[in-house]
Order: sequence, then C-alpha cells, then structure tokens
Amino acid sequence: MMGSIDPILLIASLMVASTPILLAAIGELVTEKAGVLNLGVEGMMIVGAIAGFAMAVETGSPLMGFLGAALAGAALSLIFAFLTQVLLSNQVATGLALTLFGIGFSALIGQGYTGVRPPPTPKMDFGPLSDIPVIGPMLLRHDPMVYVSILIIAAVWAFLKFTRAGLVLRAVGESHDAAHALGYKVVRLRVLAIAFGGACAGLGGAYLSLVRVPQWTEGMTAGAGWIALAIVVFASWRPWRVLAGAYLFGGVTVLQLNLQAAGVAIPVQYLSMAPYLITILVLVLISADRRRAAQNAPASLGRVFHASS
Amino acid sequence: MQRRTLLKSSAAALVAVSLAGPALAQDPLKVGFIYVGPIGDLGWSYQHDQGRLAIEEEFGDKIETVYLESVPEGADAERALTQMAMQGADLIFTTSFGYMDPTINVAAKFPDVKFEHATGYKRADNVATYNARFYEGRAVMGTIAGHMTKSNKIGYIGSFPIPEVIQGINATFIHAQKVNPDVEISVVWAYTWFDPAKEADAAKALIEQGVDVILAHTDSTAPLAEAAKTEGVIGFGQASDMLDFAPSPRVSSIIDDWSPYYIKRVQEALDGTWTSTDTWGGIGEGEVVIGEITDAVPAEVKAEAEALAAAIGDKSYHPFTGPLNKQDGSAWLAEGEVADDGTLAGMNFYVEGIKGDIPQ
Amino acid sequence: MLKLERRPAPSRLWTAATPVLAVIATMIAGGLLFAALGKDPVEAIRTIFWDPLFGEFASYSRPQLLVKAGPLILIAIGLSLGFKAQVWNIGAEGQYMMGALFGAATGLAFYPTDSVLLFPAMVVMGAFGGFLWAMIPAVLKLRFGTSEILVSLMLVYVAQHIMSAASFGMLKNPEGMGFPGSRNFQHYPAAFNGELIAGTGMHWGGVAALGAVVAAYVLLSRHILGFHIRVAGEAPRAARFAGVSPALLTSVCLGTSGALAGLAGLFEVTGPAGQITTDFASGYGFTAIIVAFLGRLHPVGILLAGLLMALTYIGGELAQLTLNLPSAAVQAFQGMLLFFLLAFDVLANFRIRLAGRARA
Repeated sequence: MMGSIDPILLIASLMVASTPILLAAIGELVTEKAGVLNLGVEGMMIVGAIAGFAMAVETGSPLMGFLGAALAGAALSLIFAFLTQVLLSNQVATGLALTLFGIGFSALIGQGYTGVRPPPTPKMDFGPLSDIPVIGPMLLRHDPMVYVSILIIAAVWAFLKFTRAGLVLRAVGESHDAAHALGYKVVRLRVLAIAFGGACAGLGGAYLSLVRVPQWTEGMTAGAGWIALAIVVFASWRPWRVLAGAYLFGGVTVLQLNLQAAGVAIPVQYLSMAPYLITILVLVLISADRRRAAQNAPASLGRVFHASS
Repeated sequence: MQRRTLLKSSAAALVAVSLAGPALAQDPLKVGFIYVGPIGDLGWSYQHDQGRLAIEEEFGDKIETVYLESVPEGADAERALTQMAMQGADLIFTTSFGYMDPTINVAAKFPDVKFEHATGYKRADNVATYNARFYEGRAVMGTIAGHMTKSNKIGYIGSFPIPEVIQGINATFIHAQKVNPDVEISVVWAYTWFDPAKEADAAKALIEQGVDVILAHTDSTAPLAEAAKTEGVIGFGQASDMLDFAPSPRVSSIIDDWSPYYIKRVQEALDGTWTSTDTWGGIGEGEVVIGEITDAVPAEVKAEAEALAAAIGDKSYHPFTGPLNKQDGSAWLAEGEVADDGTLAGMNFYVEGIKGDIPQ
Repeated sequence: MLKLERRPAPSRLWTAATPVLAVIATMIAGGLLFAALGKDPVEAIRTIFWDPLFGEFASYSRPQLLVKAGPLILIAIGLSLGFKAQVWNIGAEGQYMMGALFGAATGLAFYPTDSVLLFPAMVVMGAFGGFLWAMIPAVLKLRFGTSEILVSLMLVYVAQHIMSAASFGMLKNPEGMGFPGSRNFQHYPAAFNGELIAGTGMHWGGVAALGAVVAAYVLLSRHILGFHIRVAGEAPRAARFAGVSPALLTSVCLGTSGALAGLAGLFEVTGPAGQITTDFASGYGFTAIIVAFLGRLHPVGILLAGLLMALTYIGGELAQLTLNLPSAAVQAFQGMLLFFLLAFDVLANFRIRLAGRARA
C-alpha cells in the first residue's frame, strides 16, 4: 500500500506544509539563542498572517504582503521586548499574554478580509531545471518563500557560526552577566533578536494566509506557533536541525494524511503524538550528553537580566 | 439560600417580561444565538449568523438579536447561556452539538425561555432540536462526482468519525456508484472541524493519490483552494456557497441555510404557537440548498443532479433506499425499504463497496 | 535617561498600588480600543468590570466568578511554589487534562455505582494523574538534566491527543448516539461534583482552591519547606549550604503543582464541564501561569489575580451580549490588561531614577 504514495510528491508537499513552522522556528531559535524564551510565537504568527494578507490584498503584491507581515510580527514582538527587557517582566507570562493579545487583535483587524482571495504568489521559474527528473518536481517547482526560508536557515547558521556578532549573541544567551561584564549591550542585542524572531514568525503566518491556504480566517494558525516552539527544542538550537525538525513535524502530518488517502489504516491520534514524544526523547538524549548540551542550550534561557551596576 | 431566592426572583421578573413581550409592539422578542466558532469562520458559525441576519431582515424591529461567538463547549457554555437568558432572551439557539447538556440544564432553570439546540438528541418542554439532512445534498454531489471523475477516484475529507459525517460519506458513495459502478472513495479523517492548513494538506494528499473530485466535511475553503491549484480537479462548496471558486474547481455546493427554519420558529414564538419539536429538514425544507451547478458540468449531468435534488425535495426519493448492504456484506435495507431516522442518526457503518474502516 | 534601581525589598506601597494603576491604564487604553470600534467606552468598561459584581444579575455572576476562578487559583498556587524555587512547570495544561482523565476514568469504571467512596477515590486518582504527568519532567530533569520547561510543554500536546483519543474510544458514552465524549457526570450522582450550597457556585474545586491558598500561605511563611523553596529560588548556593536537596525540591515542586492541576481538572470535569470531550481543556493551565505571575507568586495575590481574570471573562461575555462587542475585542482587551499588569510590576521591585550624565 505504501507503494502507491509517490515519494517525490510527498517530499514536495511536505516542504510546502512545513514552511510556516520552519520560518517561525528559525526566528524563535535566534531569540532563544540570545537567552530569551518568547512563548508568543502563535500570536506573532497570526498577526503576521492577517497583516501580510491585508497588505497583499491592498497593494496587489504578495511581496509587499510578506514585507508587511515581517514588519507587523516584529512590531508586535517589540511589545514583548519592551516588557521583558526594559521593564523586566517574566518572559513566560509575557509571551502567553502576547499570544492572547495577538489572536484577539488579528481577528479585529481581519474583520473586513474574510472571504477575500489574495493575489496569487507566483512559483519560482527555474526554466528547464525544473524538468530534471526527480529533483525538478521535488525541489524546483515551489514558490519563492520555500527557498527564502531555507536561505534564512543558512544565513542564521552562518551568522551564529562565523560572525563576531553571532558569537556575541550566543555569549549573551549563555551568560548575560558575563557578556555584560565584557561590555556587550545585552538588552540591545536581545531586543534585536526578539524582533528578528517576530519578523520570522510574521513571515510564517503570512505564508499560511498567502500561499498555503490561501485565505484569511480567524484563528487560522490553529496552533502552528506552538509546534514551532517544539521544533526549536527538537533541533537542540541548531539551525539545520530546525530544517530537519520542521520537515519531520510537517512530514508526519502530511504522511499520515497521505497514508489515509492511500487507504492504509493507521491510528491517527497516536501517530499525531509521535513528534512530541520524539522531541522529548531528543531532549533527554542531548541533555544526557552534558558536554554537547552545554554547547547548544542557551544557559540563560528565560532568565531576567538586570544590569545592577 | 438567600442568593438562590434572589436568583429565582430575578428569573421570575424575567418571566414577567418575556410573557408581556409579544403583546407589546415596542418590546421586541429577544432572540439569542451561541456560536462555537467566530462568526468570521466562513463556515458553520458564519452560516448560523447568516440565519440570524435573515431573521433581523424578516422581522425588523419586532425582534432584537444578541449573540455570543467562540463560546467553548462545557462549563463556559452553561454560564454564557444563563447570562443570555438573564439578559432577557426569549428564544435561544445553541448551534453546536457540544452545547447539548448545558442547554438542557439552563432550560430547566428558565422554563419560560425557549431553547433550540442544533444537531443534538435531547429535548424538553422548552427545548426543541433541529438539524439538517446534509446527506441529501451529499447524494446530489455524489451523482455529479460519479459522472465527473475521470480517474474513478473521489476523495472525502472527514472531520470526525461521527454519524453526520458517515451519513455524508455513504450518501456520496451510493450515488456516485449508481452512475459509475467503477468509482472508489478515499476518506481522510482530519480530526478537526477547522484547520485550514491541515485541510489543504488533506486535499493535496488525496489529489496526489489520483483523486479528481474532492468533497469536504470540514469548514474552511482550503480544500477548494488546493483543488484550484491542479488542473482537472473539482470540488464543492461546503457549509457556505464559496462562489469565489466558481465555475471551477467549485462546480456546486451544499449550503447550510438555517434562515427558513429560524424565520419559521421566530414567527411561531411571536405568534405564541411555539412548541418543542424535533426538526430534521433537508432540501425540501430549504435547509440544505444545492448551490448553482456551474457550466463546468455537462448539461445532462446538471439536469440529472437537479432532478435528483427535486425528487429528494418532494420526498419521492430517499437517498438511503434499498437494496443496500453494509460494508461487511450483511443486508441492511431490502429492496425499496427506506432507512429510518433512528438508524441514520446513529450511523456508524459504511455501506458495501467502501474500502477502509471507520476509526474507533 | 531613566534608570532602574533594584529595591532591597519589594515596596509595599507599590506592591499594592501597581495592580490598581495597571487596571486604570487598561481602562484608558481599552476605552480607546472600544471607542475605535464605535462602542461607548465608559459603558463597555462598566459592563466588564462593574456589572458582573454589582449589576442587575450580579447574584448569578458573582458565584460564577468563583466557578471560573477556582481552577485558575488552584493551578496557579501549585505553579507558584515551583516558580519561587526556579522550577518552571509550564505544562499545567497537560497535568490538568490527565487529572481529569484519570479521575473520570475511575468514576466511569464503576458506573453506575452509588458508593460514597467513589468520589473520594476519583479525587485521589485525579491528583495522582496530574502528579504522574508532572513527575515525567521531574524525573527527566533529575536523571538527565533535561529542561522541565520544554518537557512539560511537550507533554501538553501528548495529553491533548490522549484526551481526544479517550473521548472517541475508551471513555466514549455508550449511549451517546455515536458522538464523541464521555457520559455526563451530572447524571451520575455518586461521581458528580455539584454545588455544595445552592446558588453560591461553591463546589469542591472552590473549596480546594481556597484551601490551597491558605495552605500555601502557611507553608511559605511558617514551614521549613517553604523557607527552603524561597531560599532555593533566591540564593541557590546558600540553599545548598543550608542542606536543601535540589532533587527533592524539584520533585516536590513539580509533583505538587501537577497534583493540584490534576485536582483542578478532576473537579472541573465532574462539575462545571460535566464530561470528557475533545475540547475539554480550554487553556486553564496556561492562563494559570499568567495568574501566578499577576499574583506575584503570593497566595493572596494569586487569589485576587484569579478573581480578576475570571471577572474579565464574565464581564467580557456581558459586553458581547449587551454591546455587541466582538469576542476578539475582549480577547485583545485581556491581553492589554496582562501587558499593563506585567509592565507596572516593575515599580514594585525597582526604583526609577533619573540618571545624571556622569554615569558610573
């Protein structure tokens, strides 16, 4: 029965299905690397979804839509940044409040946009390349955002690994007090990281409302932001593993739907738990190996930083 | 104890108000609605809200409407209902299955407020139930699907394995098979009523399996949007008309139109003739409306579908008419026998010819 | 340039004044939001904050505050112990669900007994279910050093799927006409958690919440364990010298918060909610985290914060009903309230100084 599923199409569709959570997760990764836990991803995603949708509809340009979504996500995340970095509020509580606010706020601004069809996002044109067997239909027939999301992953990876700023960011996440003592601007860096996270979450939301579904309906992210949080952990804060994690999470959903469509009887509800259980397992494995855990998990994650001097 | 008396007296005061209500022209009948989703969901709750707007239009200032949206089922529903009754609602429509027990409980506390619960099976003197025979619409869709499919594969996206959805799958398959004996149906359970992204994925998975006609029993337009991406794939509007996707992939639609029922019941409440009833209306009652069949469908198929809808509408034909066997081959309905409503309401089996199992 | 300077101890004056300031600020900002939506801001604010307490039907809504706030307070008290000791259980939502499942399954296993022992047994099993679910992150943290924040969060999703599977399978009401959801405990007297005194809204969950507030207060101010918890949070190194075992403390904090969340779930499923359904959890576990912080991790503060949250829910419903305010506006308003409360908190712990040019 498995044989009736075309693996090429399966991979192609899981790439599309995973892109929203991939974008949100890579943003959250940078935020967490800076030592900040922002549980408001869902809120930022859905505000991005409506902001991007509205922008695309008003301007007729999906590109403007994605830009607007990134800006809106970043703007919303700055509320979080202000509260947690300047006013030193608790990050967990503030993030949850951000989600609550984002869901309500997006529904308010979205009231005029239900039932509207957005301008279509064109596919990338790779010319004859997209006709290459296997690789063409699998990898080279997507819309630009699929590639942009992978480029963002690569950029974040390079940034964290090779640049001085990336090193400082990691240092800030590792020990804000030490970083501060060395003269780094902890708060400024963290605010930037939070804004980047917000922008990426906004893009992820807009991908849902402009490409994947494409329409605007209240509450349309339906928990995608929470999955993005899980992926960051699953990836043990490594950019390329975020890609793998997002494709795995997206893949499990796509695969179970495909299996059903192919007539294979599967226990859907139990299968849906699998990614979370795997994530816990991964967590255990990486933390059991303490040396590697210390390299990846930001030690100051979620802690309040206040420069007392 | 004192608080209880307070509660009772305020309820009593309400009773006085509601009894006086219909008599005075300037004291409109207050009609309340409780929705499970936001009214902007473009599906289930949206269609009920369209019904609310229809009664406002119909009765003008003789009535006043209030609503609560996104009310979770369970404890919150009971409180929301009580608050609504206390605020002077005379007639309350509770529009989701999960409101069944809260509706019964609150109705017991407010014997003079009339309640209407959608899709449930518990009634009381002041609680009526209503539902729509969506499967009648599915029969028409099945006919179109059977003719239109070139791959002989039709796909059905189910929300949850509950009787209403199983009726729809069976009705679709029976009528598709009638016009196309080679047809197969693939069912994908999404385990959600509303998750546009997942619904789109489900549609995509079906299309990749060679399905070229998609029916959805979930609430968003996402499956149609997905169908629109592939040449030659058609689908149907679900809950609302979804005309944005006409003429293709949306070739027709099943519209939940609650307005005839709401208008009728509000009229009865105004006239003082309202009684607790169990209504299960379909095409004939105007509750299930077949949206315009577009030109993407050949004229003779369109005519056949419309004739079927008309026959169902005037009750000369029932979509579940024997001979029909259950999936395991055991006899269900004999030649000419028609399914009774009790069996349909609890339907938990596929008819013969459908592959796969209903998840337990 | 403004500069924050940590106070040696939180200011008592500001500790009391900041919530008031935050609520006033929210009223202003919320008023602007409502005005922008074309609603009378004064009326809207009055409806949300005043009417549930002193309005026409306050005799109903005041007890409902307790019903809504009960689980929030019970969960938040448990969480606050952990938060004080820097043990971050953010998966109370999952523990809440597992408590409800364990307790409900126990009750349904003996259906239809009328033994008086049943309910106490269910309470124990409910607490045990939550405890068990919370001990998973505890054990993993102790054994492997895994972050309890992330494990407890992941377990929420797992619990959600188990809940859904149970309401379709194991615990499905055999008389429920094929619909998902368990039997309703309202029709199962031995297992039903009803109002203890009619019209007060006080059920065992409320009693447990108030009991937890008192117990936590005594624990933190009088008991050595409470001292250990505080020291562990404020000065982990000193705590180790004082002979506090971090492992024991982690287990106690997670286990207690899990058990209390489980209890909350049990009381909710057997009382106000009535049954296990796929949508049983409506975010209490997450909202309780906010409540714990709004109450500044202090038992009395949590009591007040829980009541305030409940007030915005119930008042928000009233505003929807009487003013046709969209539920989205109420949600956004709640978000704003939380932002302001969290923002103004800074005044209690820090002094704001105008820093001169010559900075150190």
